[in-house]
Amino acid sequence: MAEKEIKKAIQPFRFYTRLHLSELTGLRAASLAELLERIREVPEACIYHHTHRFLQQHLYLSPEPPNDFAYWVSEALGEDDLGEMLASIDTIQFSNIADLREKIVSTIEDYLQESKSAVGRSARHGEEFYFIKSISFVFPLQHVANDLAEFVGILEAISADSIYFHMFEARLRLKRGTNDFSYWIETSLGDKKLADDIAKLDPYTHTIEDLRNKLVRMVKKRCGA
Amino acid sequence: MDDLRLLAQRLEGKTVQHINSTAMGGGVAEILNRMVPLLKELGVNTAWDVIKGGAQFFEVTKKFHNALHGKKEEIGKDDYEIFMETSRKNIEELNIYGDIVFIHDPQPIAMVEKKHDNKWIWRCHIDVSAPDKAVWKFLYDFIIKYDSSVFSAPSFSRELPIRQFLISPSIDPLSDKNKELPPDVVDGVLEKYGIVQDKPIVTQISRFDRLKDPVGVIEMYKKVKKYIDCQLILAGGGATDDPEGVKVLEETKERAGKDPDIHILLLPQNDIEVNALQRASTVIVQKSIKEGFGLTVSEALWKAKPVVASYAGGIPLQVTHKYSGLLCRSIDGGAFAVKQLLNSPAYAEKLGRNGHEHIKNNFLLTRHLKNYMLLFLSLYHSEDMIYL
Repeated sequence: MAEKEIKKAIQPFRFYTRLHLSELTGLRAASLAELLERIREVPEACIYHHTHRFLQQHLYLSPEPPNDFAYWVSEALGEDDLGEMLASIDTIQFSNIADLREKIVSTIEDYLQESKSAVGRSARHGEEFYFIKSISFVFPLQHVANDLAEFVGILEAISADSIYFHMFEARLRLKRGTNDFSYWIETSLGDKKLADDIAKLDPYTHTIEDLRNKLVRMVKKRCGA
Repeated sequence: MDDLRLLAQRLEGKTVQHINSTAMGGGVAEILNRMVPLLKELGVNTAWDVIKGGAQFFEVTKKFHNALHGKKEEIGKDDYEIFMETSRKNIEELNIYGDIVFIHDPQPIAMVEKKHDNKWIWRCHIDVSAPDKAVWKFLYDFIIKYDSSVFSAPSFSRELPIRQFLISPSIDPLSDKNKELPPDVVDGVLEKYGIVQDKPIVTQISRFDRLKDPVGVIEMYKKVKKYIDCQLILAGGGATDDPEGVKVLEETKERAGKDPDIHILLLPQNDIEVNALQRASTVIVQKSIKEGFGLTVSEALWKAKPVVASYAGGIPLQVTHKYSGLLCRSIDGGAFAVKQLLNSPAYAEKLGRNGHEHIKNNFLLTRHLKNYMLLFLSLYHSEDMIYL
């Protein structure tokens, strides 16, 4: 049987990695009202940090609380219902941080309207919510893929930071509308089905390693491997 | 390692000069002893200088240290003058050659008066969430001259007109303090200190400092001992910039009384012994009243030991309550947690394993090195997304 011909990409895929630093803003909240006020005004880099930090810090846990706001309102304020609402926000449906912020704000606003007892509740001293920004440093790597076979080989080996950048940060923070892998597979390889299948993955309910394994399986299957 | 090399390449041509107040004893010296050679190995030109100070200066800075932790201290005009006089001498004598000058803690803070066209970072290793107002005001006037500051936990951040970064300290898994040890080495250390492994061992490893609450740990142990026959180790060394250590050690010994199951050890600077004592322990506690970060917690978790620790400083960053350890707010709470762990070894083991994973992913030296190099790069960029 003849070997399946591997299609070459119009543009090669260059892998990047991303490292981050956490910058403290000095802003804090001790109650839901204060949290709401701050969420409305803090930089987008803060919203990003608090909705994505767990993914990187707890690589070995699956799944972890998807965002700091949800964790804090449950643990520090005891507002478990609101915590669940915030945790359930379908981050993958948002293509930019402004819309994600708006969803978080409206969720808290609605809750405060319904639950008057939540208004007066405050966190203990020392358990306030501290707003932090993610400062991202993006580096090009030497790895370049010209086709799916090369792509999957690199995917198996690159760091979790690289996968994280292409799946999460590029999509949301750089407002690309979709993850980098799907974008390249569709536009440079013309494989819309595989691109859509990858875009349909909800990366927020996987650990990075699970995500990597899943992506590798999907691409290998496509390659006939 | 690839990431580290990428970062180091971007720092080519820059010299980083670290300055602190002691080459031996305490967490800062421990970190720099590891960090500086590794940065050099990566090709980042790095040096480490230590300021000079006499007994009076360190008495004053210890008062500052306590006051910054919220403890009431009598600090008068003479104390500030002693601090400034020693600072002026250091400013005169210590050569500043770094493109990036990294000042650790309050003792050398005034060196910023020598700032020229280089970049200065103030690294605060202590808990300043509720500082004495007068001491903070005094230091504030220096802090605002820096380009950036670094704190170990979010709760330590203050309102400052300069950038503040969150960088937690780390451990070196290959160091004498953290590497695997053969059983005969552990046994040898226990034998040296007359500790027999015939009952569970509860241990706290810390300097003899009131903020580490060694007397509180003894009270906690006594409550546990009513129900579970166990022994307690309180072990720590001194630091050359901490003059109160001897007094606190005496207070601790007095509270221990003649209980043969309480072992109070003033250790020489010997990381293998600390390692061995941690590995021999059934449960490790860190009952600090105030804490900067609490590196001993990461050390214990790295060894997959179950930990009972206070909600203090950077400890909650290391211990996720009921997942990778137990956090407590009181002697009674701590005693209850220790009893739980001694009575449920399977649960204790699970907490220990989770703790190990958490440290592996977040608190090893490689992460710390990365953070520092990113910090250096951030001095030259103000954006939130930086393409290098």
